[in-house]
Amino acid sequence: MNVVSGNRQLVRICLFAALIGAFGLLPRLDIPLAAGVPITAQSLGVMLCGLILGARAGALAVLLFLFVVLLGMPLLAGGRGGLGVFATPTAGFLFGWIPGAYITGLIGGPAASGSNDRTILFMRAITGTLAGGVLTVYAFGIPWLAWTSGMSFKAAALATIIFVPGDLIKVFLAAGLTLYFNDARRAGLSA
Amino acid sequence: MTGLYHYPPTSLHKAPAGLKLIMLAILSTLVIRIESAIYLSAALACAGVFYFLLGTKVLRRLLLLKPLWPVVVAIFLTQWYVADLTAGIASIARFALMILLADLVTMSTPMQEMMDALARLLKPLRHIGLDFTKLSFCIALVVRFVPLLLETWQTHAEAWRARTGRRANWRMIAPYLANVLRIADHMGESLDARGFGIPLLPASRDHQR
Repeated sequence: MNVVSGNRQLVRICLFAALIGAFGLLPRLDIPLAAGVPITAQSLGVMLCGLILGARAGALAVLLFLFVVLLGMPLLAGGRGGLGVFATPTAGFLFGWIPGAYITGLIGGPAASGSNDRTILFMRAITGTLAGGVLTVYAFGIPWLAWTSGMSFKAAALATIIFVPGDLIKVFLAAGLTLYFNDARRAGLSA
Repeated sequence: MTGLYHYPPTSLHKAPAGLKLIMLAILSTLVIRIESAIYLSAALACAGVFYFLLGTKVLRRLLLLKPLWPVVVAIFLTQWYVADLTAGIASIARFALMILLADLVTMSTPMQEMMDALARLLKPLRHIGLDFTKLSFCIALVVRFVPLLLETWQTHAEAWRARTGRRANWRMIAPYLANVLRIADHMGESLDARGFGIPLLPASRDHQR
């Protein structure tokens, strides 16, 4: 890996924080298989934070994004933002994004991908995203939902199950995109 | 980009941000403890009247929560099933109330004031290496990056349409990411070139010698 200067890394963290926001505002992307499944590109941004920036910087990018939302920027999907967002029953998922990006980066991030074998890289990215971007996020989101709403744990898990298919699509998308992205960078699209 | 801030200023805007945050914390803690559906609904009605007096459309604020409604319905139904109808109403009213109260603070506080108030709150984090100058810089950068990223996306999407005749799809994301990362790295280099983040030299003793 190239040596990244402190300022470079700082700007990259800001870029990915903004990217999570931009993904929430983009007009709907055409994603195959997604018909009828509630899907926002926002958590795709979180997964990419971990996969491309790595564990620490990825988690910092998510933290920065949430801080900017807290300050009042309407950057969450549907133009939500401000303090009220953190009082909603699904705020646990937002908090879960921070460790989620970290774990994604730990398993599938650039530091972990020493191999050049595309299959290995892809599997690593899938595993990381599944463990971080999905399991970790739900591990925060479901208890939070259960605790704030007084639902049983099981009911809370059931209430969020409709988001799982969309998240699984995003896992594959994020892993595939990271491979493409690495190709694009190697092809010299980026210095 | 300023969709949540309420303009023109109301009397609530004059209150210091720190005070509003403290009030919000106290009120939220109280609201969590109320169990009665009647009290919660009454409080919700009060909040509604308050919003009305400030001249905002409460309904429009609540409509922003549209993406949440499957979860809200699920909460309502489980509460109804486990306890009774009033418990269902109470839990929904409690959430609506907490969100409306918090939004009230966001609506009436400019980002800069909120930042200053939170900076005071986060001051102890200095000791574990939180740099407020850098944090403010990063926030400004994120705020600027979002429209830039959307513009760049638009450019890519147009190029994609011109070359393929099809609508933008997910395949565009990878080259898009590579391109915006290049933009970011250029910015990082210009910061390096301008010496951003390098601690200022201590008032140099060399001069005095």
